[in-house]
Amino acid sequence: MNDNPFSLWVYLSQSPLLWLTATLLVYAMADAVSLGTRRHPLANPVLHSMWIIGAFLLLTGTSYTTYFGGAQFVHFLLGPATVALAVPLYENRKVVASAILPMLVALAAGSVTAVASVVLLAQAAGLPRAVVLSLAPKSVTAGVAMGISESLHADPSLTAVAVILTGIMGAITVTPLMNRMGITDFRARGFAVGIAAHGIGTARAFQVDAVAGVFAGIAMSLNALVTSLLVPLAVTFLLH
Amino acid sequence: MIASLSLILLCQLAGEIFVRGLTLPMPGPVIGLMLLLVLLLARDRFPVLARGPLQGDGVENASRGLLANLSLLFVPAGVGVVQKLDLVAEHGIAFLGVLAISVLVTLLVTVVTFVAASRLMARGGNSHE
Repeated sequence: MNDNPFSLWVYLSQSPLLWLTATLLVYAMADAVSLGTRRHPLANPVLHSMWIIGAFLLLTGTSYTTYFGGAQFVHFLLGPATVALAVPLYENRKVVASAILPMLVALAAGSVTAVASVVLLAQAAGLPRAVVLSLAPKSVTAGVAMGISESLHADPSLTAVAVILTGIMGAITVTPLMNRMGITDFRARGFAVGIAAHGIGTARAFQVDAVAGVFAGIAMSLNALVTSLLVPLAVTFLLH
Repeated sequence: MIASLSLILLCQLAGEIFVRGLTLPMPGPVIGLMLLLVLLLARDRFPVLARGPLQGDGVENASRGLLANLSLLFVPAGVGVVQKLDLVAEHGIAFLGVLAISVLVTLLVTVVTFVAASRLMARGGNSHE
């Protein structure tokens, strides 16, 4: 009878049920804390869920593959959620249509800055060429960024790390930065975080303001298109 | 609810088929987004389409439900990063510093450009009147 708790653990730790439950439970708690602090930037629910679950996996010696067996059901919903962005876009279509020009100008400036700044800074910091290439597409959504990274023969898993860290940094800094600058135009605030910090920034924008969320979603989608064309160009011109 | 989710998945599926079929460098769900938007706009023009998930806020409510928990969907990928922190440690503080500065600069440039362009547009619009 003594080995029963252990065999129960062995069974549960291999089943998707445990890791799906853990993901939802930890997120529910992190989100409750975030709500309790009235969405304080540092109480970002993605940030806190990921280190708590990550630490738990390390402590129990669980592989990411096993964890993902359960978490994949949540991860899968990223695609449908992207399609669902059509609804807030539809509901705010008048606000969006009247802002086409500022969006296009800001898209051009933002995409170029996102790629050029990271390539130039990484070179100045003396990072190896492979790392610089892996960092170049860090402002777009993970799937697209990893594709770009692969086509440059860089390291897609390093790119994925850079993408997530960029998203978290953007989601945490956007509110204090914009407040300090006195920017009250939520279209502009949302658009900026969508360009700089893709989906994680967009999730943050939806927590703050519905219009900001819509503009972040548009910015994220457009930036994915522009960046996949821009990165190969930037690499040719900026890398020596 | 199920019909609304099916419609969302159907749009994504069509987007994936379109993107793969033409080997376009963009994510399938983005095409799915445009497709759903076109469907919603078409529904307002042609009442014939207002049935199933396209009536009584069906697909709208399902979408709002998904987007209300958008942060949750990034947790599995985020946990993957925690497992790869050795990659970050390898390149030290420079890696994090470069990302942080680039994020701040990108936020600033984008927001300032947006605000400036929309002010210029507003002024241009007034002078024509």
